[in-house]
Amino acid sequence: DTAQKRLLPPLPQEGQYCVAPQQLVGVVGLEVHAQINSNTKLFSGSGVRFSAPPNSLVSPFDASLPGTLPVLNKRCVEAAVMTGLALNCTINRKSLFDRKHYFYADLPAGYQITQQRRPIAVDGMLTYSLLGGKKRSQVIRKTVSIKQIQLEQDSGKSLHDDLRSQTLIDLNRAGVGLMELVMEPDMSCGEEAAAAVRELQLILQALGTCQGNMSEGQLRVDANVSVHRPGEPLGVRTEVKNINSVRYLARAIDYEIQRQIGVLQRGEAVQNETRAYDSKSGETIPMRDKEGLQDYRFMPEPNLPPLIVYEDNASLPSGIDACQAVVVQKIREGLPELPSVKRDRLVQTYGILPEHSFTLVNEDGLVEYFEAVLKATKKEPRKVIGWVTNELVGHLKHQDMSVSQSPISPSALAELLELQETGHISSSVAKQVFQEMWRSSGRTALEIIQEQDLGLVSDTAQLHSICQKVVDSHPDEVHAIRNGNEKVLNKLMGLVQKETKGRADPVLVRAILHEKTS
Amino acid sequence: MSVFSLAAKRTCRGVSCLKITRYSVTNVENFHRRRNRCLQSHITNVTRLFSSHPHNSKVPEVATWELVPEDQLPPPAHIPTDLVDKLERLALVDFRTKQGLACLEKAIRFADQLHVVDTSGVEPMDSVLEDRALNLRDDAVMEGDCAEELLQLSKNTAEEYFVAPPGNIPLPKREERAALLKHSEL
Repeated sequence: DTAQKRLLPPLPQEGQYCVAPQQLVGVVGLEVHAQINSNTKLFSGSGVRFSAPPNSLVSPFDASLPGTLPVLNKRCVEAAVMTGLALNCTINRKSLFDRKHYFYADLPAGYQITQQRRPIAVDGMLTYSLLGGKKRSQVIRKTVSIKQIQLEQDSGKSLHDDLRSQTLIDLNRAGVGLMELVMEPDMSCGEEAAAAVRELQLILQALGTCQGNMSEGQLRVDANVSVHRPGEPLGVRTEVKNINSVRYLARAIDYEIQRQIGVLQRGEAVQNETRAYDSKSGETIPMRDKEGLQDYRFMPEPNLPPLIVYEDNASLPSGIDACQAVVVQKIREGLPELPSVKRDRLVQTYGILPEHSFTLVNEDGLVEYFEAVLKATKKEPRKVIGWVTNELVGHLKHQDMSVSQSPISPSALAELLELQETGHISSSVAKQVFQEMWRSSGRTALEIIQEQDLGLVSDTAQLHSICQKVVDSHPDEVHAIRNGNEKVLNKLMGLVQKETKGRADPVLVRAILHEKTS
Repeated sequence: MSVFSLAAKRTCRGVSCLKITRYSVTNVENFHRRRNRCLQSHITNVTRLFSSHPHNSKVPEVATWELVPEDQLPPPAHIPTDLVDKLERLALVDFRTKQGLACLEKAIRFADQLHVVDTSGVEPMDSVLEDRALNLRDDAVMEGDCAEELLQLSKNTAEEYFVAPPGNIPLPKREERAALLKHSEL
């Protein structure tokens, strides 16, 4: 009974780090569109809000009415410069605007104002980290080159009404400022891309230049995926769109790499096309509406002179109005603490490991939670961190919850840890109590301990008698210990704990057993 | 009031016929007098020559430019039908007949004369505004909230949305277009 040959090689297992069979490896480049966090749009004074009545945030310029002209928003320029500096880019002192032409109902002008020839920032680098190694506890640092960051307009929203065979257009989003970040194809799999985007999200959120919410469309990622054998020229690439979360990004890229490998293995050629990711099936499907290669007929935007940014106050031309000048040095000085710096600071301040710090910064609100717990307990940070990064995060992930939704508050956890620290309960019991607190939100550790009588048994007389019983009933083990095999003591300890239902003070038990077996 | 229209005394190659009539001096005087009384003395003393006067014609006797000889131009561009299709799709123009295409080719040939100009070491110009300062706007909401007005401009709306056809309507194929436009020769 010969098994049917698989058409697709098997997908890598969850947690398996970048395995590419058959020597063909994936090559991934990302195009990220980040919606600038500003009050008004890029070239007009209309407001920017996520939900508002349709077409209420639209000015005549946004609707592309004749006789209107673009006026650049200073905040958008500053946001782009800030982002460029945070990503180690060279800021172009002089950058230019162009028109990119294509016809679509949500693009009223028939062209998008962008920066194709000379963008505001070029040649940067994004450093991100992955948790790898056998236990995923090793922090591996990687980099991806940023080709450029450019300012451009967003298009409106089209709602397809298939029933009436029409499209409804809402121009609220038309003209909102975007930063397009183009990354070089330095990555090789979904996990790397997901980690890079997560780091980018954290950086943008720390800067305040973009809120980075992928599900609300504030951060849009398109992946360019191809496969090749290392050393050989790059293969034909496809563009994968419609990715709404960091997790889907990893899955979409991995699927596409496997699909392309399968295509090549069948002896076929990969088509240069645009594909959409379908989260339900986990597959990428070709998008309709693509008629061969697009020619955008780029031309300089005649209504906008070049954008000049100044390096420092000394290089400002005389007589210039302060509110008309964007000074790079000032922005550089005003940069907030970036995630990588924050991670290092946490390691220094609290003496925790890099991988713990990585988890702390990666989860929204976790640093604040951790610091709140530390305030309420005398326990050392190194002893608290495990509870936060393992117990708390483990439970949250299991139920797909965020830190703000945790049923156990920082003070409640601090109370539990204090009880353990002061010897009221053992560590294994503490974990039990944690579970109970999670399930029955609101009940304190003390209540649960008293109710279920989980307090540590420190009554030496009682412990002595239990230990004696165990020692008497296991002469072989006692003999082994007396002969130098210390490890057998643990077995006896386990038996004592079983007797006391885990409530015996382990330190005392060990001491008593040691005494009785020496 | 003086009637002002243009005419050329003789036609020049490449310039279409225009009519010029005499421009009344007295009316010029009055006009200036009304606007600028302090210059009055200057105006009345000036003897103006008519621009149509043979000794002071502003229009040259013969054309001062010449067509660039063919050998200095690059080879003429031929537009294959695929490219015509692509241009029609990208720019939504309709070349319709062979004449339309010929017109395009002539226009390209006319523009080919630019190749004769030596632009080495010269930065290309984007627009006449390019040495002006780009005006930066404050990030404060000043516009919007005019949905009603904007929607009134559209023939087809639904509640507060503009209505458009579903997706991009693909242009009819060349064969189909030929059937639509009976006089098309393409």
